[in-house]
Amino acid sequence: MEILLATAVGMLTAAGVYLILRRRTFPVIVGISLLSYAVNVFLFATGRLALNAPPVLNKYADVPYSDPLPQALVLTAIVISFGMTAVVVMIALSAYLSSQDDRIDMSENTGDDV
Amino acid sequence: MNHLIVAPIVLPAVLAPFIIMVLRHHLSLQRIFSVAGTVALLGIALALLGMTLNGQVYVYELGDWPAPFGIVMVLDRLSALMVLLTAMLAMAVVLYSIGSGWDNRGRHFHALLQFQLMGVCGAFLTGDAFNLFVFFEVLLIASYGLMIHGGGPRRLRAGVQYVVYNLLGSTLFLFALGTLYAVTGTLNMADLAVRVAEMSPDDTALLRVGAVLLLLVFCVKAAVLPLHFWLPTSYANAPLPVSALFAIMTKVGAYSILRIYTLVFGPDVEATAGLVGDWLLPAAMLTLAVGSIGILGTKIINRMIAFGAIASMGTLLISIALFTPTGTEAAIYYMIHSTIATALLFLVADQVRERRGIRIRSHSPMPQAGLIAGLFFVGGIAMAGMPPLSGFVGKLLVMDAARQSTDFGMIWAVILISSFITIVGFARSGSIIFWRSHDPDFIDTPEPEVEVEGTEDEHAKEPAPEPNPGVAFTAVFGLVALLVLLTVFAGPVLEFSAETAAQLYEPSIYIDAVLHGGQK
Repeated sequence: MEILLATAVGMLTAAGVYLILRRRTFPVIVGISLLSYAVNVFLFATGRLALNAPPVLNKYADVPYSDPLPQALVLTAIVISFGMTAVVVMIALSAYLSSQDDRIDMSENTGDDV
Repeated sequence: MNHLIVAPIVLPAVLAPFIIMVLRHHLSLQRIFSVAGTVALLGIALALLGMTLNGQVYVYELGDWPAPFGIVMVLDRLSALMVLLTAMLAMAVVLYSIGSGWDNRGRHFHALLQFQLMGVCGAFLTGDAFNLFVFFEVLLIASYGLMIHGGGPRRLRAGVQYVVYNLLGSTLFLFALGTLYAVTGTLNMADLAVRVAEMSPDDTALLRVGAVLLLLVFCVKAAVLPLHFWLPTSYANAPLPVSALFAIMTKVGAYSILRIYTLVFGPDVEATAGLVGDWLLPAAMLTLAVGSIGILGTKIINRMIAFGAIASMGTLLISIALFTPTGTEAAIYYMIHSTIATALLFLVADQVRERRGIRIRSHSPMPQAGLIAGLFFVGGIAMAGMPPLSGFVGKLLVMDAARQSTDFGMIWAVILISSFITIVGFARSGSIIFWRSHDPDFIDTPEPEVEVEGTEDEHAKEPAPEPNPGVAFTAVFGLVALLVLLTVFAGPVLEFSAETAAQLYEPSIYIDAVLHGGQK
């Protein structure tokens, strides 16, 4: 379980970083989304991995429980990254439509560089 | 519980949706409400500052959940001072944007500005690390809207860069918070401080990783080299009054460094001792050097001031990175000064832009050249740190504080040489902008239309609807007056910042107030 989760976070982060280093806006936005998935999975792991355990303390029986706080944090992070992705897509679209160019850097010469 | 503590957040949070939903089509009403809201914020900030003068730390528990289970707002001297600084800056920016007609060049300027104020005040007041992240996002979302206010291809493209860079910063922030939570099991700053202090220094690799990740995030916000790349392009392409407001955003980064690395990972904490200052000091010196060279090298007035902002962040962070009470005292004074000076220069630059465009080159004479040149001169000597304005006092204090450091020769050399380069840079651009225009041999030939970075001719064509220069100049002269007051009353302000620094280096006051009741 630990290895699976760590690999998932690592792969997502690596793919995200690779895409962010691209020059067009679309791959960069996809890369940011992948990074935010990676961080969401990572946040889950910060409360230790617990399988099939409710995030509720049971005072009548000593049953396993999972940490509820990371779940709340992840929920907040998901909402924020979702909204941010929408914002950046809109700004990138209007930048593309107004300048007919979707390169992320500000240099002027447009070559075939995808 | 004193509800006034949460008022700087609640007031803009209520006002902004009201402006969007009710006053969407009434610009004059938007202006009235925006000014009224900012005046009220100023009043609240003054009252809060008055409350903290007796040295107490006030805690506001949201939903009455006791810390560390609920989120707390904490008001101490530093937070109160920063909220007041934000309110004063906002007042000038609101007046200026009304006077220059900037708020009419796009939609929802005032609503976004209020949201931005909510985020900034929240970041200054919160006592919870995850809540700090949320307020960072609030202020960033509003800043995205403000940054592309007025539109135009270049501005939108610069906006994409700015948003992408800051989204990466936010992701990094979450990784840092996750790491800290995994190690300590809490995100309340006071509780974090207690848990971190209890950790044995042998088993803290993950904690140190978290501490450095968090430092990186704040350095992105504070535009510390090598993480400063977002700043020149975004400040140079944002509407200039918005750039003036953004002067407080880099200070949010500086404030967070000051808060977290005195309270949680303080100089006495064994696990992270020497970790932060050793990295931050060289980076800050490099920031100062590159900022001042940038001032000398740019061809566009906006970019020049953006590099000036970077240079002043460098000076500020050198002072913070010393992590001594005297260093912090100097940093607090310099922070007030550099916010006002940066904002003043951006507003003056907007006046120049209205009259002759933003390229630093010869141009036919512009109206009111004497007045604008005078204001530019005042802003320039404040930014460069020459007497008689407060920049001189600030730099003197920073250098005095650095005397106890082992690297003091290096710090002095960097500060003095970069100040000199800054003076040369401002003198160069000032004389080209204001004097070469009167050169009798000069013929204003139109340059070949090469798209130089940041050429804002597209923005210059925008209609400036019914500008009211009187109001705009009131805002500019207000900032000048603040600089003069900061110089004349340097004594009382320094006394206050010394007490603030003393409070920061006595984290037990803060921790007791949050965790053990204290004053509510």
